[in-house]
Amino acid sequence: MTTATTTTEAGAPRHRVSGQPPISEGKKAERRLGLLLCAPAAIIIVLVTAYPIGYAIWLSLQRYDLRFPSEQSFAGLANYAAVLTSGYWWGAFGITMLITVISVAIEFVLGLALALIMHRTIVGRGLTRTVVLIPYGIVTVVAAFSWQFAWTPDKGYLAALLPEGSAPLTDQAAALAIIIGAEVWKTTPFMALLLLAGLALVPDDLLKAAQVDGAGAWQRLTKIILPMMKPAILVALLFRTLDAFRVFDNIYVLTAGSNGTGSVSMLGYDNLFKAFNLGIGSAISVLIFIAVALIALLFIKLFGASAPGSDSGRR
Amino acid sequence: MLNFYTPADNASGYAAAAKACTAAANGRYSVVQQSLPKGADDQRLQLARRLVAGDPAVDLVGIDVTWTAEFAKAGWIEKFPADVAAKIEQGTLPATLETATYEDTLYAAPLNTNTQILWYRKDLSPTPPATWDEMIAASEKLAQQGLPSYIETQAAQYEGIVVWFNTLLASGGGQVVSENGEVLIDKGDAARKALSIMQRTATAPGADPSLSVAKENDGRLAMEAGTAAFQVNYPFVNASINTAPPDGGGGGTFIDQQGKPSATDTGRRVVDVFAWAPYPAVDAGTPAKVTIGGLNIGISTTSRYKDFAFEAVQCLRNEDAQRNNALEGGVPPTLESLYADPEFQAKYPAWEAIKNSLDGASVRPKTPAYQSISIVLSDLLNPPAQIDPDALVPQLADQVSRAEKSEGLVP
Repeated sequence: MTTATTTTEAGAPRHRVSGQPPISEGKKAERRLGLLLCAPAAIIIVLVTAYPIGYAIWLSLQRYDLRFPSEQSFAGLANYAAVLTSGYWWGAFGITMLITVISVAIEFVLGLALALIMHRTIVGRGLTRTVVLIPYGIVTVVAAFSWQFAWTPDKGYLAALLPEGSAPLTDQAAALAIIIGAEVWKTTPFMALLLLAGLALVPDDLLKAAQVDGAGAWQRLTKIILPMMKPAILVALLFRTLDAFRVFDNIYVLTAGSNGTGSVSMLGYDNLFKAFNLGIGSAISVLIFIAVALIALLFIKLFGASAPGSDSGRR
Repeated sequence: MLNFYTPADNASGYAAAAKACTAAANGRYSVVQQSLPKGADDQRLQLARRLVAGDPAVDLVGIDVTWTAEFAKAGWIEKFPADVAAKIEQGTLPATLETATYEDTLYAAPLNTNTQILWYRKDLSPTPPATWDEMIAASEKLAQQGLPSYIETQAAQYEGIVVWFNTLLASGGGQVVSENGEVLIDKGDAARKALSIMQRTATAPGADPSLSVAKENDGRLAMEAGTAAFQVNYPFVNASINTAPPDGGGGGTFIDQQGKPSATDTGRRVVDVFAWAPYPAVDAGTPAKVTIGGLNIGISTTSRYKDFAFEAVQCLRNEDAQRNNALEGGVPPTLESLYADPEFQAKYPAWEAIKNSLDGASVRPKTPAYQSISIVLSDLLNPPAQIDPDALVPQLADQVSRAEKSEGLVP
C-alpha cells in the first residue's frame, strides 16, 4: 500500500517537470526513496517472471529431448531455424492470425453494442450487466466442452440443426468458425466491460450539445464517442488481441488441433508434451512471446499518443 | 509398499490383481494400484513427468506396447534380470514379448494384448474376402445393388490410422524403420501398395463418407446400425453387439430380407448374420501381419524396492490376473495357456482367429522416437481419400527420418 502511494507521488511530479532542467535535491531523495520502496515488488516480479522466461530462452538454445537425455548439448539457433523453416509453424501461425483478427473484430463490434446498451439502460441496469457478464464467468474449458457436445452429431442440439451426416468439427472451415464463435461468445463481455469504462469518459453535455447542433446518432458515435474513447479502445483491443493470439483451451477441447485448426500455442504444447522435445518446444514458446511483444508494439505505434502511460497532454 | 500405475480403463481389474498379490506376498510387501488418466497421451505425459523428476514412489508402470523403446532408451525403466526374464518368457506369446523387448533385452512384462480381425456380414458376403482387393470389389458390388457396403476401419487422424497403415505395410513385406533407426519405409513396393489400398478403401463407390474421422467405436456403430458390410476391428465389437443397450448394441438394428436396415421388427437382426474371419491379406496367399496392441508392465528406475517389484510383476500378470482382465476388461491375455481355457473361449467365440492373428502379428516401429513418427504419419495419412501413393512415399520417408532423429517439429 505504502509502496504504491509513494510511487505515484514520486512519479507524478516527474511528469509535470519533464523536459524542464534541474531537479532539486529534495526531489532526488524522494525519487531514490520511491525506487527503494518499489524494489521488493520489482524483485519478486523478476523472480517469478524473468526466471522462467530466461530458462525458456536457455532451453530454446539447447538440443534437449527428454527421450535422449544423453544427447543434450548447446545448439545455438538451430531450434529457431528448424521452427522458422517448418511448414507446420507457418501453417499454425496463419491459423492463429486468422482466429485473432476475425474474433477480435467481431468482439469489438458486439462489445461496443453491449457497452452502449449497458450504458444507456435505465431500468434493470444491474440485471442487464449481470446477464451480459455471465459467459465471461464460465470457465473456458467448461464452455468449450458444452460447445463440443452441442456440435457433435447425434448428441448436440446445434449439430441437429445441420443436414444429416455433417460433422462440423471435422472440417477445417467449419471447425475454425466454431472455435471463433466460442471465443467470441466467451470474451465479448470482457470487451464490453472495458469499453463501458471508456464510455464513462464521454461527457453527456458534449453529446447533448452535438445533438442541438444537429448531429445524428451515427455522427455522434463516430465523431464524438469513439474519438473520446480511444484510450479505452486501445486497451480493450490490445488485451484481447494478445489473449486471442495465445488461444489454446478452446482449440484443445474442440478439435485438439486436428484438420488444420492448431494454433501456435497448440504447436508448442504438442512439441513439448507429446514429442518431449524441450528445445524445439521452448523455441516455439519464445517465438510466441516475441510475436506478442511485436503486436503490443504495433498497437502502441498505430494508436500513437493515446497509449496508456504516454503523456496525456499530447492527445 | 509398491505403487502400480495403470491406465484408468479396467482400473478395477488391476486393483484386484494388486490386492491378490498383496495377499500372496504374506506381508513382505503390498501392491497398491494407482490410476493414470484415460487418454494414452496423458498417461505417457504423467509417467514421463514423474520419472524425469525421479519420483521414488513409482515402482511398477503399465506402459503401452509402443512406449517400450522410448522408456528404455531414456533410462526410465529397468532391464529385466536374466532369471526374471526367463520366467516371464515361459508360456508367453512370442509377439507380445517382442513388444516388450528393446535392443535384445526384455524391459517389460506383457500383461495383456490386442489384435484386429475381420468382422463381416455373412448375408452380404457368404464367403469372407481374403484380400483387401477382394473386399473393396465386394463393397463396390454391394453399393451397385443398393445394399449396405461400407468397409469400416480406423482412419481418423490418430494412432488408429498408423495401426492400419502399419498392418498393410507389414503384410506387404515392408517396415517403417528398423530397430537401429534406419528408415525403410520407401524400400520396395510395400508402402505404395499399402497407400493405394487406403486410398481406394476411402474413395471406392460404397465407401463410408465419414471414414476420415472414423475410430474403433464408429466402425462398431456402423456395423450395428446396418450400414457396414465389413469392418476390421478389435474383439470388443463382438462383446458389444451381444450386450443389451445402453452398454452394447443389443444385437444391432433389424434387417430386411435383402439385408438393408429396417425400422420395423423383421425378426432378424445384424447379430444373426454377424461373422468373423482372418484379417484380409495384401498379397493373396500371404496372411496379413496385424499390428499388435496391449499393455506391458515395466519397473521404474526410480523405485526404491526394485527386487520386490520384479517379484510382484510376475504375480500381477499371472494366469488369474490375465483371465480376470480378459473376462471383465475385454483385453485378450498374453499367456498362451489361457487360449485353451473354456471360460475364455466362451467369452471370446472368435478366439481361434484372434490367436492366429497374434501368432502372425507385426510390431510397430521399435524406436525411442516412435511417438513423433506416429504423429507425423497420422498427419500425412489423413484424410485417406486424398492420398496420392506415388507422391506420398518419398514425403513419408523424409518426414519419418526427421522424426526418427527428433529433428524438426511435430504437427
